[in-house]
Amino acid sequence: MATPKTASQSRTGFLSPAWLKTSGDGWTLLLMIALVCVVLVLISGQAQTNLTILQVAWQQNIQLLLDGLFIGAIFALAAYGLALVWGVMNVKNLCQGEYVIMGGYIAYYLYESGIHPFFGLPIAIVFMFGFGWAIYVLVIRRVIDRDLFTSLLATFGIAIVLQQGLNLIFGPEVQTARSGLPTATVTLGGGAFTFAWIKLTAFLMCGALALAVVIFMKRSRMGQAIRATAQDARAARVMGIDTDRVYAFTYSLNAAICGAAGVLIAMIWVIQPFYGITHSIRSFVIVTAAGFGNLPGVIMAGLGLGVAEQYSGFVLGADFQQATVVGMLLLVLIWRQIIENKHRRVVE
Amino acid sequence: MIGRRIEKPGCLALAVFGVIAPMVFPAYVQQIAMLWIMIVFALTWDTMGGQMGYNSLGNIFFFGAGMYIAAVCQIWPWYDVGQYTDPSGILTTSFTPDQYFLGLALGVVLAALGSVVLAVVFGLIVFGLRGPYFAIGTLGLAIAAGELIGAWDWVGGGGGIRLPVFPSGTDADPLFRVPFGDIQSADLQGVFFYWTCFALAVLTFLFLRWLYRTRFGLMLNAIRDDEAKAEALGVRTQLYKTVAWSISAFFLGISGALFGNIIGFMEPLEVAFPTVTFGIFMVLMALLGGKGTLWGPVIGATLFHIIKEVTWTHLLGWQWVVLGLLIVVTVVFFQQGIVGWLQEKRPEWFGIEVDRGTAGQRVDAAAADGLDAVLDTGEDAAGEGVR
Repeated sequence: MATPKTASQSRTGFLSPAWLKTSGDGWTLLLMIALVCVVLVLISGQAQTNLTILQVAWQQNIQLLLDGLFIGAIFALAAYGLALVWGVMNVKNLCQGEYVIMGGYIAYYLYESGIHPFFGLPIAIVFMFGFGWAIYVLVIRRVIDRDLFTSLLATFGIAIVLQQGLNLIFGPEVQTARSGLPTATVTLGGGAFTFAWIKLTAFLMCGALALAVVIFMKRSRMGQAIRATAQDARAARVMGIDTDRVYAFTYSLNAAICGAAGVLIAMIWVIQPFYGITHSIRSFVIVTAAGFGNLPGVIMAGLGLGVAEQYSGFVLGADFQQATVVGMLLLVLIWRQIIENKHRRVVE
Repeated sequence: MIGRRIEKPGCLALAVFGVIAPMVFPAYVQQIAMLWIMIVFALTWDTMGGQMGYNSLGNIFFFGAGMYIAAVCQIWPWYDVGQYTDPSGILTTSFTPDQYFLGLALGVVLAALGSVVLAVVFGLIVFGLRGPYFAIGTLGLAIAAGELIGAWDWVGGGGGIRLPVFPSGTDADPLFRVPFGDIQSADLQGVFFYWTCFALAVLTFLFLRWLYRTRFGLMLNAIRDDEAKAEALGVRTQLYKTVAWSISAFFLGISGALFGNIIGFMEPLEVAFPTVTFGIFMVLMALLGGKGTLWGPVIGATLFHIIKEVTWTHLLGWQWVVLGLLIVVTVVFFQQGIVGWLQEKRPEWFGIEVDRGTAGQRVDAAAADGLDAVLDTGEDAAGEGVR
């Protein structure tokens, strides 16, 4: 059957020459390759030295992998919260990372007052739940029905308020909440890597939290209401579900999850008032790569991002760690575009 | 049609203010020069966000790109850029007036053209993204650019570049000394860049005013209203989107080149690619004034800049919190902006004739909306009852 020529297929010109059109997403691929080449040329000398180190002292790989997996699990937890809000309310929450950092500062505050940061976990969950509810009532409720850019910009505004507020209260220094758990140095085949017990503990806590949330979503009445609202808000309302309350609960639950993730981050890594935006971007990368309602995907993407970040931080230098996260965002968006274009062609 | 009638006097008043401002308020020349740059920010953002419906959070990318291109062009013909930007400062440099102005002219032109090239190249990537993905993608682009430039030692890395010093009053070109008499070098620099910024703002305004009245402006509005339909009707959306972004980039690149020279020093995160300050200011100013209108961005930028300059220093560090609150309040409660609000309240001022028939229909529609709202609350109440 002869398919009719569509406008976009027949159109060739300066911006879309035929050879690129026909060879798939030629432009996008060419540009991706060009960008990667530029980056590699810029950093080649240092990167090669670091790659050699990885080959000679192979124990370093274990270190990077472990650190990446431990931190990636926490990224996945925060991203699951974003997937929830995105999927249920269609709000792209750009202050996700700020909630994480707020949770981190709760743990740090307790640590400074002489209380063990583990207690920060329940406190952060309760506090951030209340905080999320307040933000929902004040702002989010008014932007849910509006166009998507409105919610994006409104949450970006909240993000600026929160990061600057934290900066005024705690100052711009990089902080960490020490748990006091021991760190072991493991010797293996002539080399060594360090293994911090707090990282394993945080990993297990993270898993337990994720499990609790999943069970809550599957079993509890509210969890069912949330899933019903995600499927069809109008039908849910007809069935007697108070969707406004479901939205409020979902948003608060997301804030609580982020707060808990932040406590864990403060214990195994560092926090700073302006690190929030990177955490937001991480969550976006993970959710965009995995799609929402896809828990295994979110976990895999989170762990993958954690490992990728550790490796690029080591190979390219710490300067590039944030650039890596943002670069991943661009790659994921381009990849998504390619998939969509393929889909469009199939539909055509 | 008060709108039409006050437009000409409005233009005239702004032009007169722009011309006499450096003589009347010599102490505020730099602040008023910043006002013109802010107006350029808001106008160019609105070309994309307001007229075309593509809300970019990363337009500041071209500002920084223009700044860096201009800086390199000002240095490169006379010194080795790598040595010039070396943090140890081994190289002692001085620029003759001829070298300075030639470099500046070259820098401004290449900043504009380079930004256009970047807009075309990155347009191929980002214009496949729609809605919020576009906003996040462009934001990522601007952040990534800042981070990568910060790691690039040839242009000074995170330490930045200090730009050539403006030639001192004694040996400056007599051409510039004649109109201003015997003034000091720093003042001369202020006045020189004041006029260039003013010229840029006027040029941007007049160009966009003309552009929005052409078929091209209609095409942009068609893309905003329904891109799929526009494409189906044969509008070459990708081409129009790229050209619109290039126009934004052209003027933003020049503004970046000028701003870098006004400040005299640039570094990647705070000055060149400030996503959370200038990058978000442009969105806020356009929204505040009324997006999708020609005068909205101008009014919004003026108002915002005045408020910012008057209150900023009195807020003792809380100004950024206030900025965030201002964004939230504007977006949530006042999204149509000042001009949009006026258009709604006084359509006759803008020459919009409200047909009685449609007005009646609108009342009916409003009544239906009200009924819907009643039904909705009824449903909600029922929901509560059941629960």
